[in-house]
Amino acid sequence: MSTLTLDPIAAKASLLKKDGGQLLEVSMGPQHPSTHGVFRMDVVLDGENVVKLKPIFGYLHRNHEKIAEDETYLGSMPYTDRLDYFCSITNNWAYALAVESLAGIEVPERAQYIRVITAELTRLQNHASLVGFLMQDMGASGTPLMYAFREREKILDLFESLTGARMMCNYMRFGGCRVDLPTGWLDQAKKVVAAFPKFLDEFENLLVSNEILMARTQGVGIIPAELIVNAGITGPLLRASGVNYDLRKVDKYGIYDRFTFRVPLGDHGDVYDRYMIRILEMRESVKILEQAMRDIPEGPFTDPKTKVRNFRPKPGEAYGRIEAPKGELGFYLISDGSPNPYRYRVRPPSLINLTVLEEMCLNRNIADVVIILGSVDIVMGEVDR
Amino acid sequence: MTLEPLKAELEANIPGCQLEIVNNPSPSGQHSLLIDPGHALAIALYLRDAAHLRFDYLSNVTGVDWPSRELSEKIKVKKIVDGPDGPVEKEVDEVVKTQTHAHLEVVYHLYSMALKHGPVILRMRTEDRADRVHLPSFTPIWRSADFQEREIFDLYGILFDGHPDLRRILMWDEFEDFPMRRDYVEPDDYEYEPTAHDDVLKKTIAHYTGETPGGAA
Repeated sequence: MSTLTLDPIAAKASLLKKDGGQLLEVSMGPQHPSTHGVFRMDVVLDGENVVKLKPIFGYLHRNHEKIAEDETYLGSMPYTDRLDYFCSITNNWAYALAVESLAGIEVPERAQYIRVITAELTRLQNHASLVGFLMQDMGASGTPLMYAFREREKILDLFESLTGARMMCNYMRFGGCRVDLPTGWLDQAKKVVAAFPKFLDEFENLLVSNEILMARTQGVGIIPAELIVNAGITGPLLRASGVNYDLRKVDKYGIYDRFTFRVPLGDHGDVYDRYMIRILEMRESVKILEQAMRDIPEGPFTDPKTKVRNFRPKPGEAYGRIEAPKGELGFYLISDGSPNPYRYRVRPPSLINLTVLEEMCLNRNIADVVIILGSVDIVMGEVDR
Repeated sequence: MTLEPLKAELEANIPGCQLEIVNNPSPSGQHSLLIDPGHALAIALYLRDAAHLRFDYLSNVTGVDWPSRELSEKIKVKKIVDGPDGPVEKEVDEVVKTQTHAHLEVVYHLYSMALKHGPVILRMRTEDRADRVHLPSFTPIWRSADFQEREIFDLYGILFDGHPDLRRILMWDEFEDFPMRRDYVEPDDYEYEPTAHDDVLKKTIAHYTGETPGGAA
């Protein structure tokens, strides 16, 4: 975090232009509806054009990593929910994957399928609410967001009946999941998934060729493919810039090699492409869900040999990463043989995706900053940790 | 990716670089390469630009604190002990205590998006934990290191030479300690963080000096 300039006269002098005009320093946030949480951007404006933008973090910092070092391995599992609080189940999976790799735990077949089903449902509701929020940021107040939230609500109901919580699911365990699917859950989920493409069609009909949407988003916030790879930006943003890198295809973690789905790619890397990539990814997620719910076998939902109490992995280290809805979510763990991790590191996609925020916003209007930030899809719980 | 051929290749192409493979005994089998800070930039550039490697994507940068730990080892020593019939040679257990070298460490996870392989894990170590904590920054090579190195500077106190904008990122600018270090002690009160507002500033001064603000009782 950085403090404001204390001397107003000196600050004013540094903002004077040669032609006698004056630049304006605006502090967007931390309490601003468009920043999606307590996030601040120190923006210097020339008229309405952005000439400088510095993101300022830390308002939600609670040193997640330090807390996890004082906690047992399993004790950190519910806390991972609070990172990206829209996608608690994928956070659980990334952490479980790292610990399983560290301790050499096998995951039974049925648990793998349950993981894929819940993770793809998470992706659906994250992307649905993101496109809703993006429309809201653009000024399409209320209606698109409520349409998206209507669909998200159905998925959250599924999560609630499965895990007991709508958002803080705390569902996965090392070697499987916490509970088996309740009776009738799968049928209910099939109904929700079957109805989902209808919502997407409706959404696309209303918005994809909407003139205002196109005028606001096309050619805005472009990141070239070379820069986006170098800046480590992952997830839908990366693919919107035309780079084919999806960890579900590259790492094939879990059982993603068994499903047929495509990786949508964008051409321009602007806000419109990022919006479209999310719509297309939802369609692919529906395909994965249909296959997974068709093929899910009977069997144990967790590895019975994995110790729950007194769990001490042998000394060593492991990095586990998954394709979370926002990008590559990784956990890096170092074990010294004790019940607590010696080092617990989260690789937060939301934070790293903001690396080139300034480049995206330079020479754009201040109103574009709002939608560019909206298209990045950040959650402050993960940015600040 | 096996590290032995990579190590040989790097040694052949970058004269004078010192590399060491750090074994990882866990089932994950992710071994890493300890590189010397003097040749770090040359190694990083080679990894990024060599046509068959092309590690264009620096995924994760992690700081680790390794304070000095005491290792005790039991060894058998032959000693001359006074027995009932004069001095006798006898085997005695003796505990030898050694201190590990205190240092800070940075771990880099590299992947290739172009060739879809990885990870190659690099480690760099500082000389100690006190004042020789300089390491070269990878931000000029991979922009993704930007915020992550700032975070490590903020929470561990490693100084990255060549970083374009090395400021605190999560803690406030006036904060002095490094919270992720293993020996960090929390202050008695986080509430009175200095801000630009005068009242709070006065209260903070009063809190740390024991004086009452404004001279009133």
